Amino acid sequence: MTNLWMDIKHADVITVMGGNAAEAHPCGFKWVVEAKAHNNAKLIVVDPRFTRTASVADLYCPIRQGTDIAFLSGVAKYLLDNDKLQHRYVSAYTNAGYVVREGYDFQDGLFTGYDADKRDYDKTTWDYEIGPDGYAVVDETMQHPRCVMQLLKKHVSIYTPEMVEKICGSPKETFLKVCELMATTAAPERTMASLYALGWTHHSKGSQNIRSMCVVQTLLGNIGMLGGGMQALRGHSNIQGLTDIGLMSNLIPGYLNIPVEKEPDYASYIAKRQFKPLRPGQTSYWQNYNKFFVSFQKAMWGDKATKENDWAYDYLPKLDVPTYDVLRGFELAKQGKMTGYVIQGFNPLMSFPNRAKMTEAFSKMKFIVVMDPLKTETARFWENHGEYNDVDPTKIQTEVFELPTTLFVEEEGSLSNSSRWLQWHWQAQDAPGECRSDIEIMSEIFLRIRNAYKKDGGAFPDAIVNLKWDYAIAESPTPTELARELNGYTVAPTPDLNGTIIPAGKQVDGFAQLKDDGTTACGCWIYSGCYTEKGNTMARRDNTDPGDRGIAPNWAFAWPANRRVLYNRASCDPEGRPWSEKKKLIEWNGKQWIGFDVPDYGVTVAPDKGVGPFILNQEGVARLWTRGLMRDGPFPTHYEPFESPVANLAFPRIKGAPASRIFKDDLADLGDAKDFPYAATSYRLTEHFHGWTKHARINAILQPEAFVEISEELAKEKGIAKGSWVRVWSKRGSLKAKALVTKRIKPLICDGKPVHVVGIPQHWGFMGLTKKGWHPNSLTPVVGDANTETPEFKAWLVNIEPTTPPSDAVA
Amino acid sequence: MTVQVSRRGLLKGAGAGLAGGSLGALGFGGLEPAMAAAVRPFKLAQMRETRNTCPYCSVACGVILYSLGDRSKNARSSVMHIEGDPDHPINRGTLCPKGSALLDFVHAETRTKYPLHRAPGSSEFKRVSWDFALDRIAQLMKEDRDKNFVAKNGDLTVNRWTTMGFLGASATTNETAWLTYKTVRSMGALVFDNQARV
Repeated sequence: MTNLWMDIKHADVITVMGGNAAEAHPCGFKWVVEAKAHNNAKLIVVDPRFTRTASVADLYCPIRQGTDIAFLSGVAKYLLDNDKLQHRYVSAYTNAGYVVREGYDFQDGLFTGYDADKRDYDKTTWDYEIGPDGYAVVDETMQHPRCVMQLLKKHVSIYTPEMVEKICGSPKETFLKVCELMATTAAPERTMASLYALGWTHHSKGSQNIRSMCVVQTLLGNIGMLGGGMQALRGHSNIQGLTDIGLMSNLIPGYLNIPVEKEPDYASYIAKRQFKPLRPGQTSYWQNYNKFFVSFQKAMWGDKATKENDWAYDYLPKLDVPTYDVLRGFELAKQGKMTGYVIQGFNPLMSFPNRAKMTEAFSKMKFIVVMDPLKTETARFWENHGEYNDVDPTKIQTEVFELPTTLFVEEEGSLSNSSRWLQWHWQAQDAPGECRSDIEIMSEIFLRIRNAYKKDGGAFPDAIVNLKWDYAIAESPTPTELARELNGYTVAPTPDLNGTIIPAGKQVDGFAQLKDDGTTACGCWIYSGCYTEKGNTMARRDNTDPGDRGIAPNWAFAWPANRRVLYNRASCDPEGRPWSEKKKLIEWNGKQWIGFDVPDYGVTVAPDKGVGPFILNQEGVARLWTRGLMRDGPFPTHYEPFESPVANLAFPRIKGAPASRIFKDDLADLGDAKDFPYAATSYRLTEHFHGWTKHARINAILQPEAFVEISEELAKEKGIAKGSWVRVWSKRGSLKAKALVTKRIKPLICDGKPVHVVGIPQHWGFMGLTKKGWHPNSLTPVVGDANTETPEFKAWLVNIEPTTPPSDAVA
Repeated sequence: MTVQVSRRGLLKGAGAGLAGGSLGALGFGGLEPAMAAAVRPFKLAQMRETRNTCPYCSVACGVILYSLGDRSKNARSSVMHIEGDPDHPINRGTLCPKGSALLDFVHAETRTKYPLHRAPGSSEFKRVSWDFALDRIAQLMKEDRDKNFVAKNGDLTVNRWTTMGFLGASATTNETAWLTYKTVRSMGALVFDNQARV
């Protein structure tokens, strides 16, 4: 979230699209209800299904899954055509006037530089024109034919209300009402909050779904504002933290990058990441990349990371492909190229696409280790459970370990929520049986491996035997010890910003004190400030809220630097006065920035210095056009899902998203609308959380049995009775479930033809207390978003027919 | 820094003072001890309260865990009740159908309790000791790393290990995540991910 949960109460318009907050985030959604009740807010819901969020909406608009970009590009066109922009914001705070270099173009659905064989772009032309002064050329009148504003107008021109209706199946009148309501927030004092979740990310162009709303929100001047923003409603309780700390193939904590193999030394690595301002005087966090990186290396390898050895640069692995994400990992396993997998609190058999492929991949590995507080399906992929897991154990040679771990009530530590709050929690009970914490298990495995390398040697032991490991009890580092490393500390005396020397061994106050000379160490720079010399700021429990801003600045710790609303400098006009007194976050008092939140700006940088408000960006402004930063294009473009019931009406030659990676066998595994005529999607229920709550008795009673949701029209067409058994199948697999025939799903009319939606909730498996069932991953295709490799779980094709119950089920 | 304020204890104290005061003012001073003895105390009042957050979604509602057992040497503590934390600025005491049923999650029958091992081709798990499991896992990992670690690609130092995969858990703490990051990266592993993608 750019903002935070309570802040939603300030919104004038709230759009829930690509999510279903009332059911998936019920207690957070209460702030939407608060805004409706006390701020006269209007709620817009755009969804293929009439969800419980839709049931309290002021305006519900249906949409075919996978067409959000066409819809939102249509909104952007409406705003531009009708001059519904926050004009000063757009001209001062966005790249609308930036001139794009010659050679860049967009034709027939493709940007310049496309290579069909590689499914990738040469992005050289996707950049600004650089003037003789070395800075980007800007036309403040926004009239230059190659400026971003003119290119944007051209790019969205095809998404007329009629085209939106044809592609999305959204009735033109309803679509226009959505546009009109969103457009009211172009007024500087009015704001719209955009709430989204996996309904946007689970697509082959998920990142661009989000980008298309960013374009709308930027044109309306809603970013950085109280009650505005882009609110990513994350999934798990600490998915934000795991991402922040970089537990991904290509990341270093705090969104730094793992080097690629063409960066052979530190100098070549850092040269590419050296901040070059694109406008005079522009500042950015990223000008400190070297300090964050060197401090990270010091946190990892302590005094073994020195200037002489390039800060132990060779200790980091170097990538030869963009990422070894899960889709690639299990593709390699299927090819027999993986030996094993260590799986912490994760149930990939029931959460990665194409379950048959997953079973094959697991069966080809020598061993897997599952660490989990629950008995998962993954740990039992080899066990026969009749139709639900029809395997022959004698033919599976994989060695499997299931290690019992503690639950949240049995441990302490911090979790980072969607608001970017790091909240500490405490232990309340002893763990059952022989459960151990993940910290202890990983430590025990690591120490055994380290000792073996010390004793016997082996492949490149250096990075292992030199890993900094000075915990009081080596086998059981405490959460406090680890939190102190995440915050960062001095390893040698070093001056702070005022020149005062901080002695060695002190916790730093924040990332501004980090150095690139080896005098500081910091596990994750954006978390710096979470455990200072004053103590554990994540454990703070002061809920007072000055000015009733919905900020509670002394509750827990928010990254970065305890800032609650990102880009809050943009909540003021260029002179430093709040756009709206009612929504004041910060203001310039003639000497410095003061207010309710920590300014996202230099505290004493005067407004007339011309420093842009978006200091996370090189330009200092918000991007309507993203240069070469996205793999699949600088503007969002409508592409159909890889399996779609209709052809791409906007760009008929293009199938799927052109820059999304897809492996050969997975491409061959795609079905078409002739054999699989129905548009399937997956979703969650309010009574369940993924596969966990099927182990909890009350939840298992509340939603005991899997179902598939279809419209009355489709049920009639296929002769399916309410509550009867159906079989749903795709090119990749098949499942059985009871039919839930509802009015919540209706056929969508796309280009004159009806499209039937089949909804498949995702909470069942063959373990736990519910009745046994299947996860939609038995059916879904293995293709990911071009930028993040998030699988396309929200839009694919199936067929459906009445069937007999599974052998163990009661009809 | 651990803060373990007993909210209920605080309220109980305040309530008793108020009642005693007003009854005393009315001239019923002698009744107070008898009345206090007759009222059965709340069972929850005897429990230890611990602040925690709901482990499910990313709203991160505050919860109060009520447990029996005072942490003395032979008293095992066990959570008996869970409710929303009214002091928490987001959920203000409320919980959803998932959070309200957390107690059943904590005490689920299908929780793992002992290390289990399934030998190749076997049809069953067998209970094993921690030492057996950890020794064997470390041995399997080191064997593979020594065999498949790539130190060089031509002249380039690449120091990567891509035959062993790791999945982090996005319900674990930041501190667990950091320790996992340290250990996994120090081994040169690149096949590394978490639930962020799914």
